[in-house]
Amino acid sequence: MTQKLVVIGAGMASGRMLEHLTDTDPGAYDITLFNAEPRGNYNRLMLSPVLSGEKTYAQIVTHDEPWYAARAIDIRFGEPVVKIDRRNRTVVSASGGVPYDKLVIATGSAPFIIPVPGRDLPGVVTFRDLDDTDAMTAAAAKGGHAVVIGGGLLGLEAAAGLRMLGMEVTVIHLMGHLMERQLDPAAGYLLQKDLERRGIKVHCKGATKAILGDGRVEAVLLEDGTTYPADLVCMAVGIRPETRLATDAGLDVARGITVSDAMETSDPAIFALGECVEHDRQLFGLVAPLYDQAKVLADTLLGQPAAFRPVQTATKLKVTGCDLFSAGDFAEAEGREDIVFRDPGRGIYKRLVLEGDRLVGAVMYGDTADGAWFFDQIRSGADIADKRNTLIFGPSAGTADPLAAVAAMPDSAEICGCNGVCKGRIVQAIKDGATDLDAVRATTKASASCGTCTGLVEQVMSLTLGDTFQMPTAKPMCKCTDHTHEDVRRLIKSMGLKSIPAVMQELGWTTAGGCASCRPALNYYLIADWPLEYQDDRQSRFVNERNHANIQKDGTYSVVPRMWGGVTTPTELRAIADAADKYNVPMVKVTGGQRIDLLGVRKEDLPAMWADLNAAGMVSGHAYSKGLRTVKTCVGSEFCRFGTQDSTGLGIKLEKLLWGSWTPHKVKLGVSGCPRNCAEATCKDVGIICVDSGYQISVAGAAGMELKETQPLALATTEEEAIELTTAFIQLYREHAKYLDRPYKWVAKVGLDWVIAQVMEHRTALVERFEVSQSVYRRDPWAEHAAEATKWAPMADLTLEAAE
Amino acid sequence: MMIDIGPLSDIPRQGARVVKTPHGCVAVFRTATDQVFAIDDACPHKGGPLSEGIVHGTSVTCPLHSWVFDLNTGMAQGADEGTVATYAVMVEDGRILLDAAWLRERSAA
Ligand code: SRM
Ligand SMILES: Cc1cc2nc3c(=O)[nH]c(=O)nc-3n(C[C@H](O)[C@H](O)[C@H](O)COP(=O)(O)OP(=O)(O)OC[C@H]3O[C@@H](n4cnc5c(N)ncnc54)[C@H](O)[C@@H]3O)c2cc1C
Ligand code: SF4
Ligand code: FES
Repeated sequence: MTQKLVVIGAGMASGRMLEHLTDTDPGAYDITLFNAEPRGNYNRLMLSPVLSGEKTYAQIVTHDEPWYAARAIDIRFGEPVVKIDRRNRTVVSASGGVPYDKLVIATGSAPFIIPVPGRDLPGVVTFRDLDDTDAMTAAAAKGGHAVVIGGGLLGLEAAAGLRMLGMEVTVIHLMGHLMERQLDPAAGYLLQKDLERRGIKVHCKGATKAILGDGRVEAVLLEDGTTYPADLVCMAVGIRPETRLATDAGLDVARGITVSDAMETSDPAIFALGECVEHDRQLFGLVAPLYDQAKVLADTLLGQPAAFRPVQTATKLKVTGCDLFSAGDFAEAEGREDIVFRDPGRGIYKRLVLEGDRLVGAVMYGDTADGAWFFDQIRSGADIADKRNTLIFGPSAGTADPLAAVAAMPDSAEICGCNGVCKGRIVQAIKDGATDLDAVRATTKASASCGTCTGLVEQVMSLTLGDTFQMPTAKPMCKCTDHTHEDVRRLIKSMGLKSIPAVMQELGWTTAGGCASCRPALNYYLIADWPLEYQDDRQSRFVNERNHANIQKDGTYSVVPRMWGGVTTPTELRAIADAADKYNVPMVKVTGGQRIDLLGVRKEDLPAMWADLNAAGMVSGHAYSKGLRTVKTCVGSEFCRFGTQDSTGLGIKLEKLLWGSWTPHKVKLGVSGCPRNCAEATCKDVGIICVDSGYQISVAGAAGMELKETQPLALATTEEEAIELTTAFIQLYREHAKYLDRPYKWVAKVGLDWVIAQVMEHRTALVERFEVSQSVYRRDPWAEHAAEATKWAPMADLTLEAAE
Repeated sequence: MMIDIGPLSDIPRQGARVVKTPHGCVAVFRTATDQVFAIDDACPHKGGPLSEGIVHGTSVTCPLHSWVFDLNTGMAQGADEGTVATYAVMVEDGRILLDAAWLRERSAA
């Protein structure tokens, strides 16, 4: 008698398996096929174009009624199996039981629903089958706002589809960049840019807190407090293997149903394939390996020995106009090398990962024409030693243009900020005969003031004049780029670059993730230029700024609370003494900056100690930051018989205004009440000497590795004016200086005259921009981090583990 | 013996956390691409806590005097010479498992 084969699930995997089986031996089994969905096999991948309206359901059906009829397959669609009875070898559904000799479980997977309040509201959907797709199409017909939770492959295809149907779409993604499992940050950035260009809003690092609505969904609330209006919410955060039947039947199930190389479960009469299985600790979420499983299982069922071996998979996003490709393993590892190619002008990024002389991974964005060819190289493990130099250009090699970033700038982009000269004007001047730098300066004024844009002007000249122009060599920022610090600063502004991946992509970084030298600098430039839009990247900060304390030679930390203008109170001193006792501080020291240093604190004690100091009204002294440090004062007119003005009061006002701001290097101020200068103001970054007629403001002093007396900036007649001029100077420094240049170095480069002219002419605007930045940064980091004490402790303690 | 030391999400991308052991701290790193590495948390130069360094690619720069180490091998890069011990780690189901057999070996020794 013919053996009975029952298949649970009519999906992509089982459909392919049935094809192999019935093509090879049509009479081998009497087949019954159950499916929970009220329809047979269709191409699930193509639900995305169905959603966007580019295809219809009829076009994606893979097996129709005549196909099953021709193979005498007993189809039970819309009839979910509810139980597997292994003892009686029967599967149970609503209409009763069907016996089997061999059983195949192909139940696929179910969308993962994040357990937030409101997840059950009407209007919250997932994206898995035709019913979901129809529900979204129906909702989209009414227009309005859609929020897609999850910026992976599925979520983005849903978002693009909904957008094409005319909805306002926002994608919320938990991680720092889109499709982080398939793409590196650079490619993720380009993808985001493309989606934004078609009107899709993307919110990365967004954790959903709740779905809000009265009776049906109305909005989505994030942990950071942002809310997005929503008439439709699509949850696409991941999938989980559908293993319930197998678990209930007592089969071995880990994350998926455990199968052998032959696709056999722990019961020799039962087999499984597709997204519901786990093979060799691995789960599957793309069809290519599932098709291989289908072939193996068909062979197994026909008594032919066969073994499943997972293959490399490649991903493409099915969103028209977003060209991305990723394949193989693109993580960095020992012995691996990156070849990175960026063409910012055309929005292209390609990264190849080599291991020895073999290609092991590839990520591409913007131009994926060679994707298949690279994928082939990866799978075949071909030796690429001889084509290494041109490999990145694919089978038909071309050439890269090192000036691409500048070439990509529109004519209206500003090159020289001081004199407001755009690229177009420089190009015109060159065409009109200005063929050397001096001539360009003379005719356009570009780079004729502070000079930091000289490199850019030269690049424009090189582009316009070609080989006839000899580029002088300037020192690049680090080994990751050919641009100088100054060029990078200028390009960040003129090209509107607002994230580290954006800078690295648009300016053609040659490494994938930068280095310990460029990342802190870029993080600073972005904070300074886009205080409201840019999110500080803690992992790109040096240890002291990351931990808000100075690391000591033995790995402990020092804690310095702020003492505004060097003034303290008995209460503060008591709180400091208490903290020193409580946390066994080995040394309490008065610093050279008029405050108290608690040295030798253990990292895990920091948050508790901060909380104690906060409770006594003290905040971080930022003794660790490239930012405002101290404002040293003398007693001034309040107590001193020679004092001309309230130097202590002015110092405190300045410190309260400036604290928390990030600067290219540290900034220290001094305010002395008279020319006797007891606050040593004339060797600070900004020094103010009070005189009868007002306030002498001088800048660019130093008393560290170099000794420099300050130079006069201006004389202010009122306290307000002194504060305004000081703030304007610091903002100018924040906007222009190279990272890790103290003001004295920067002023030496751009010239004191230029600085004075800028401060005088633009003081109001400079102060306004400083205030905008301070609306974000004038806050105590200690208070913020004291709340998350666990993050400062070891993540695990194994000292007991070994003692047992 | 693999010991579960906590969820991967406890370590920020391009960051590290330490695990205390009787033989000193072990630094567990997570890279931008979610690879996980474990090495001794003491720089061979002057004992700097490598867990506090800036992580770039699969390297870390020591926070004290900027030696750079390859997390795969524990070897100092460039002109500097020195090596830190590396330990086997893996991620399964979003949990980090640290091979701690060496803990026993060392404590038995
Ligand atoms: C604590 C303190 C010494 C003290 O016990 O008095 C100190 C301690 C350090 N100084 Fe300083 N400096 C301290 C006042 C000074 C002063 C005097 C002043 O501020 O009036 C100077 C000269 C003035 C100046 O800045 O120009 C000073 C010039 C430096 C320099 C050289 C800077 C330069 O541009 O030449 C460095 C190195 C650097 O920043 O790159 C430095 C770096 C350091 C570091 C951060 C070294 C490091 O990276 O670990 C020291 C941290 C020790 C710690 O763990 O706390 N320290 N340092 C002083 C803290 C002042 C405060 O309350 O915040
Ligand atoms: C919108 C979308 C786009 C995608 N795009 C791509 C892509 O571009 N590339 C790619 O490689 N992959 C893509 N995928 C993933 C791919 O579709 C899946 O990997 C594949 O469909 C899994 O096949 P499967 O047979 O394991 O499960 P499925 O195809 O999901 O089939 C499982 C079937 O089992 C049924 N079932 C479940 N429980 C029972 C039960 N108790 N009784 C009876 N029947 C049951 C279900 O109703 C379902 O019909 C996409 C998926 C979606 C949803
Ligand atoms: S002078 Fe400053 S940097 Fe040098 S040892 Fe003293 S505190 Fe440290
Ligand atoms: S202690 Fe690590 S570099 Fe000096």
